[in-house]
Amino acid sequence: MSPLSGYLLVAALVFAIGLAGALTRRNAILVLIGIELMLNAANLNLIAFWRYGPHPEALTGLMFAVFSIAIAAAEAAVGLGLVISIYRHLKTTDLDEINRMKG
Amino acid sequence: MPSNPGDVILFVILSALTVAGGLAAVLLRNVVHCALALTGAFIGLALLFLRLDAQFAGFAQILVYVGAVAILVVFAILLTRSSETPATGVFSKTWLAGLVVAAAVFAVLAWAVLQSEPALPHAPGEPQVSVMQIGNALMGQYVLPLEIVAVLLTAAMIGAVIVAMHEKKETAK
Repeated sequence: MSPLSGYLLVAALVFAIGLAGALTRRNAILVLIGIELMLNAANLNLIAFWRYGPHPEALTGLMFAVFSIAIAAAEAAVGLGLVISIYRHLKTTDLDEINRMKG
Repeated sequence: MPSNPGDVILFVILSALTVAGGLAAVLLRNVVHCALALTGAFIGLALLFLRLDAQFAGFAQILVYVGAVAILVVFAILLTRSSETPATGVFSKTWLAGLVVAAAVFAVLAWAVLQSEPALPHAPGEPQVSVMQIGNALMGQYVLPLEIVAVLLTAAMIGAVIVAMHEKKETAK
């Protein structure tokens, strides 16, 4: 097995774990944690392809991963702000109980 | 092919740390423990980035995820009082469907990776990338995305503050 496919398999496993967390947990914060894990797995793919690709000196994969980290930070800030706001309105973060869009 | 067994052992240890952290973050019952395990997974991923000669991305990962996102998650846990485990269980009613979907996604991804093994690129040399080169690229070729990310981060910060701000009663006229 080549090193690149090892990294890709690890990234696929982390992505699947994050997806399972986002789909099965009740707490909204844990769903966000799952989404963060999925984003990180994608970053690992980008960097692995950059490292073993034919033109690493072009820096494309590395730059994509760095921008992706920045956007993931923005997403985490807005997502957690939304969770706190929902908790203020409904006094719960249980996603099975948040089943209406009316404020 | 991996050059020496030391590399393989290090890769296995780091991947085990990452996957164990991710699994614990998803499976533990206490949300605070989940946040701690998530930090472990982030550190494992940062070390994997460093193993891939992406020093800048690895340290950015530590700064942004271990430094900022983990703290944000802990703040959100404290502000929403989700640290106590609910009596009704931590998994949603449709957990089985979610688990099946995740397992199917992993199966498809792993199958695709293993099938395309001969077509994957494997450059032998390790790239020599200095932070200066990255800075020059960010200020040259990638200056427009950099500015857009700056605007996006500012907008996201203002938006997060406004969304999470206390609403005053009787302010609407």
